[in-house]
Amino acid sequence: MNTAFQGNEFFLDPSRCIGCKACVQACAECGTHRGQSMIHLEYVHRATGVQTAPVVCMHCEDPTCARVCPADAIKQDDHGIVHSAAKPRCVACSNCVIACPFGVPKMKVELDLMMKCDMCYDRTSVGKKPMCATVCPSGALYYGPRETIGNLRRETPVNEFQFGRQTVRTKVNIMTAPDVKALPFEVLDFLPWEGKDFDPFELSRPGAPDAASAAVWDDAGLGPRCSGNCTCH
Amino acid sequence: MAKLTLSEEQYIELYGPTPNRSPTYDFHDGEPDKLVKTHCCFCGVQCGIQLKVKYNKVIGFEPWDEFPVNQGKLCPKGVLRYMQNDHPDRLLSPLIRTEDGFRAAGWYESLNKTADSLKAIQDKHGKDAVAFLGGASMTNEKAYLNGKFARIALQTANIDYNGRLCMVSAGAANRMAFGVDRAANPWSDILLAKTIILTGTNLAECFPILTDYVWRARDNGAKIIVIDPRITPIGRTADLFLPVRPGRDSALANGILHVMIERGWTDEKFIAEHTHDFDKVRELVKKYTPEVTEKLSGVPAKNIIKAAEMWGPAETSMLLHARGIEHHTKGVENVLTYINLVLATGRIGKPGCGYGTITGQGNGQGGREHGQRCNQLPGGRDINKPEHRQFIADFWKIPEPELPKQGLTACEIIDAIERGEIKGLLSISINPLVSIPDSNRTRAALEKLEFFACIDFFLSETARYADVVLAGSLQEEDEGTVTTGEGRCVRLRNSVPPPVDARVDWWIIRELAKRLGKEKWFNYSKAEEIFDELAAASKGGPIDYSGMTYEKIENNMGIFWPCPAPEHPGTPRLFEGGKFHHPDGKAKFHAYEYRPPAEDVDVEYPIFFTTGRVVSQYLSGTQTRRIGALVDQYPEPLCEIHPLLATKLGIENRDMVKVSTRRGEITLPALVVQTIRPDTIFIPYHWAGKKAANQVTNRVLDPISKIPEFKVCACRLEKVAAPPAKANAAWPPVSLENK
Repeated sequence: MNTAFQGNEFFLDPSRCIGCKACVQACAECGTHRGQSMIHLEYVHRATGVQTAPVVCMHCEDPTCARVCPADAIKQDDHGIVHSAAKPRCVACSNCVIACPFGVPKMKVELDLMMKCDMCYDRTSVGKKPMCATVCPSGALYYGPRETIGNLRRETPVNEFQFGRQTVRTKVNIMTAPDVKALPFEVLDFLPWEGKDFDPFELSRPGAPDAASAAVWDDAGLGPRCSGNCTCH
Repeated sequence: MAKLTLSEEQYIELYGPTPNRSPTYDFHDGEPDKLVKTHCCFCGVQCGIQLKVKYNKVIGFEPWDEFPVNQGKLCPKGVLRYMQNDHPDRLLSPLIRTEDGFRAAGWYESLNKTADSLKAIQDKHGKDAVAFLGGASMTNEKAYLNGKFARIALQTANIDYNGRLCMVSAGAANRMAFGVDRAANPWSDILLAKTIILTGTNLAECFPILTDYVWRARDNGAKIIVIDPRITPIGRTADLFLPVRPGRDSALANGILHVMIERGWTDEKFIAEHTHDFDKVRELVKKYTPEVTEKLSGVPAKNIIKAAEMWGPAETSMLLHARGIEHHTKGVENVLTYINLVLATGRIGKPGCGYGTITGQGNGQGGREHGQRCNQLPGGRDINKPEHRQFIADFWKIPEPELPKQGLTACEIIDAIERGEIKGLLSISINPLVSIPDSNRTRAALEKLEFFACIDFFLSETARYADVVLAGSLQEEDEGTVTTGEGRCVRLRNSVPPPVDARVDWWIIRELAKRLGKEKWFNYSKAEEIFDELAAASKGGPIDYSGMTYEKIENNMGIFWPCPAPEHPGTPRLFEGGKFHHPDGKAKFHAYEYRPPAEDVDVEYPIFFTTGRVVSQYLSGTQTRRIGALVDQYPEPLCEIHPLLATKLGIENRDMVKVSTRRGEITLPALVVQTIRPDTIFIPYHWAGKKAANQVTNRVLDPISKIPEFKVCACRLEKVAAPPAKANAAWPPVSLENK
């Protein structure tokens, strides 16, 4: 375990993200970030759901961003933290933005500089938690000992990823379901209009307000009609 | 008559909302002078936070890991809440209305003018011709002071507050069922629950910290049932999602109880020993079979049964609700039918077993306890009970007959202003032009006021109509306490003094009381004296703070009421041992038949309209529309429409659409998403003027709680001939793809 972080590691669980952007806003408040947020958060596909994904740097063992940088502007330090491009060197070519398998770096056009998450190095190196993982209200971002999160959660952390022929090992862990079959719930299964010819104007009949709902009572005969065993429904 | 004298653009130019993007002093401008351990100023979680102070300005924050409720966690509003103290829109002195806007004025002139004008109206038209409107984002001290000021200094019956728009349905239902109005459990009980029902609460956006509690419960094996017309972020992860049709909550709760009774999942021993009136409920719900309930509620019968199967036999459980079931003309009935689900299982008053309403406002709990409501006196006492009146009259040393009777509620006050019966208004921390339904009528009412004085720290849209604006204090500019959604009274610390010539609110109230000839009742020199007085006034009342002091609250990171004696540790969990707060110690079931909302869909207005919040904004937006990074997150209201409905009406994502009701209309961009019922549209309500959702909502009140029916009315939806809304930071082109 890396001594600079006192046995703490970063764990990312996008399934717990509520899209609030507390992480994005708090990132800008980290002392050395000086009002610039280094991370981002996006809807996966808002048209079909509210799932969002926070994107912090995974801090690869062998960072692709640094390897593709023509100006040698991206440095990894002794603790494995991959830093933003060095301002005097960055040529704003966006190679790193395109090459990163996790979609982490962003080109700050107004600064002509690639800036990215440095795991709040000024905080983590002195025993504090990164800003984003401190504030995250829903536990999507977590910073602490591996044993602690192991005791708290059913999901298991992984930090090895396969992208085509490239295997990427990272400092940051992603939480994955221990057994996907154990989580069969698909929210859309519970929506009665899915796959049916649902009429949004179903209730909009002429007459007094709630005519449709009142009619329901006629159908029901307004008496106790239950068979006595509701499983029959 | 208070017509506006400037254009909308001129008001914005002069007084905002200006989206502030950085404090005056640069980020990380050396070490702060001090870190102040206090709380967030927004929702009822009241997260602990440390404010960074330098040069007497709040310049940033540091997480406060030790505060047990949030342990350093914050939502984006909490992260950026510090941007208000050093803000270009901050009111720095009183303002007096002129022919063309406002002029800066001194306190002597402003206070005299306010007191003289209110007095002149009262001399001519009677005491009740002046009303007082307060808020629930203020401290307990101010809530107490507002009530005392209205009754002793103004001597008006007409004092109420914006909690009337918020949690009064829950409060009334809690008193009816349990004999007391407070969440029954500390939030920590959520962690021990095996089944959790979240009904009518967009928990992850409005009370983000509790998401972690719910998910930690799930890590321990809990099942989560979410009931909402929209798939909110907490709904996305539910084990069972019930997409209830707006306005049908009581039908659904009755239907779930039907199945529970059929299957024998009731605790008959508990019911017999600790409750009244279950037989009436048992009889009533017989006809709410799953099929009938499906037709009424729009929730599939099989999932109604499934909900009962998950809730009924659970070992431990928590039921939490918020405005989704409360903002109705049957808000109290909705809450009571859900409380029936809790009482029928006997799972209350034990670890991991209980019930709570989620208070949306910062002091939603405390703001409704200390007498700033028209029907309430300090200590949660009832203004209509002779012995309660006598106690408070004696405490205040006034003759009981001089204590005003019950007055009008918040919406009724606006109605009475519109009718010309109330002619003068003093308000503090309330923005009714944005927050009360049917805003066209609210505007007409404000224009009719003969005199309007407003205490606030920013010039809200409502304050533009004021004759005198008294520059008050932000939460971080005064000492005090608030009582969080779990009933924990916590301590707010003064971080910085109010800037320039702004003043702490209690000083303003004291000075007005002085000018109304009631100085001796308001001779406070610090907020702590007001707290000690409100604690003493609550002694022996339904809401007892008498054992609390500032020191005790600080030392314990908050104290849960009731705390009736100095040595009493406070009461985190209510109803232990099945002891409820009605005189006979028993809880009451209530049998309520489902009835339709005040305005239901018909051929003319065929679509359900509902409203609510987004995570980056707070209430009427007076504060959060002034914080740049929060504005960027969700810059303007959008109309959520299901693709089935959108296709029928030829609407595509980002098209401009017009929503109209019998009261008004609003034009805004469409957000076409599968996360809402196809018969329902949703618009968040935080914006003002032409962007206000409350232009179309229905100001019809619950007969008991007098809460308006924000959450359901009937509307028409059409595409308008205008170019689609442009992409922006919140909605970049890539996220707009809508296959």
